[in-house]
Amino acid sequence: MDRVRIANLTKYYGNTLVLDAIDLAVAADEVVCLIGASGSGKSTLLRCVNKLVPFDHGTIELDGVSIDGERFKNSNELHKRVGIVFQAFNLFPHMNVLDNITLAPRKVHRVSRRESEEHARELLSLFGMAEFAESYPEQLSGGQQQRVAIIRTLATNPDVLMLDEITAALDPELIGGVLKIIKDLAAQGMTMIIVTHEMGFAREVADRVCFLEGGRILEEAPPSELFSTPEHPRTQQFLQRIIEAGRL
Amino acid sequence: MSTESRVPAPPAHQTLTFRERYLPFLISFASVAVVFGLVARLVTSAEQWPRIKLQFFNLDAIIAAFPNVFRGFLTNMTVWAIALVVIACWALVLAIFRSLSGPVFAPLKVFAILYIDLLRGIPSLLLVLLFGFGVPALQIPGLPRTGLFWGGVAMILGYSAYAAEVYRSGMEAVHDGQRAAAKALGLSQWQTLLYAIVPQAVRNVLPALLNLAVALQKDVALLSVIGVRDAVREAQIFTARTFNYSSLIAAALLFLMATIPMARFTDYVARKDQERRLQRTL
Ligand SMILES: Nc1ncnc2c1ncn2[C@@H]1O[C@H](COP(=O)(O)OP(=O)(O)O)[C@@H](O)[C@H]1O
Ligand SMILES: [Mg+2]
Repeated sequence: MDRVRIANLTKYYGNTLVLDAIDLAVAADEVVCLIGASGSGKSTLLRCVNKLVPFDHGTIELDGVSIDGERFKNSNELHKRVGIVFQAFNLFPHMNVLDNITLAPRKVHRVSRRESEEHARELLSLFGMAEFAESYPEQLSGGQQQRVAIIRTLATNPDVLMLDEITAALDPELIGGVLKIIKDLAAQGMTMIIVTHEMGFAREVADRVCFLEGGRILEEAPPSELFSTPEHPRTQQFLQRIIEAGRL
Repeated sequence: MSTESRVPAPPAHQTLTFRERYLPFLISFASVAVVFGLVARLVTSAEQWPRIKLQFFNLDAIIAAFPNVFRGFLTNMTVWAIALVVIACWALVLAIFRSLSGPVFAPLKVFAILYIDLLRGIPSLLLVLLFGFGVPALQIPGLPRTGLFWGGVAMILGYSAYAAEVYRSGMEAVHDGQRAAAKALGLSQWQTLLYAIVPQAVRNVLPALLNLAVALQKDVALLSVIGVRDAVREAQIFTARTFNYSSLIAAALLFLMATIPMARFTDYVARKDQERRLQRTL
């Protein structure tokens, strides 16, 4: 069964159509990358999936259950299962790394402090961040902050992980370390929806790549096909621009 | 090998000569002394000075008035300290009410908006008169009837409206991404406020709140108009008895001794806050 199924998803901001009848299904263990120009609706699509913003038409199902139904009436139930990491990290600046990571497990998932801290430290050492458990976000580099943000979301054991341009705010030399984590997660079978401008990474990690423009999915194919023989002229133009920018 | 590695030594502490170190200080000290000396000279040589001195700066009168004025001043500071704590908590509750969204919380939100609009718009003096004289006159059984209590309540009601607005500005200054992150992690609206927004907001507005605290420190003297025997009231009583105003000067000095350190502390906190913000944006 599909883990996430999006059908006819339509959203307006005021009178502007931002998502135009999107259909997308993501199977368990699958990694789907969304690419497309800025403003094409990628972030909005992710934000609809975990109800950070409301949508106007269509349905979104998680494991066959509508997120608008009774089951997810309280959107916290949805957030327990669908995690998101943002471009701007959004770590809590007044908490140290350990507290950032354990806040949701303790307060939302009712795990004891001791247990959640143990788990957090495990994750931190897994991602080479063990020594920063007591640091505050402002003492970390962007790459380290983003790794903490990823760990913070992983600590809630989500069934689906969504990543919104998580390397876009990082210096080039820090990007690799963050992407490495995501590749490891993909290898472990994490279901992911990834918005990215790193085409090399998308090619490597994705099972399927979707090209968005004007709130629509214009083309959808495995990366080997989409990157080498894009069918839609708009996709070809977009990829051409990316190649010219030296990112493929 | 490592002992010989060519790491440049840290810059040596600059040694200042005596002139470089102390001369600027001496010059500013001298110029201040000259200016103030001249002013003092002018004032004390004025024809009226002996009378002014007798009426306002009469050391004997100050000493005579001091015990009562000081006891009154302790009342001021007690009211101030208690009101401060209550205001800090109650205003935060109001600000949170005001920030709530959703139809369920609409009554709380409307209450907070009305409360803040009303109580911010009424002069503190009027509130003190209304509560300090008005409520005890109702003689409602079970409620305290002292002016001290109701005057304190009036100060709390008025100042909490201001402080609530200060808190609110601090909450609005917290970046939207923080709410999105907290929500996405599954935190409820309350948990988001409690763990993510409010701690950052309080840190943002601490200097502004301390400024309010300084203002309150002086404004508790308003309670003297409803007969509370605070420093000002005691000083007035002394003045009425002796026709000498030195007791008011004594009260003024006591207030200054409390407000000036508080103002310096506020400056210090504000400077720390500024540095923290600068660091964040670098
Ligand atoms: N909060 C908002 N209010 C109004 N318009 C918005 C808002 N967020 C995004 N938009 C608009 O929606 C469109 C899609 O935005 P977004 O999903 O952020 O695109 P992408 O992530 O692909 O760059 C853009 O035209 C953007 O201007
Ligand atoms: Mg975006």
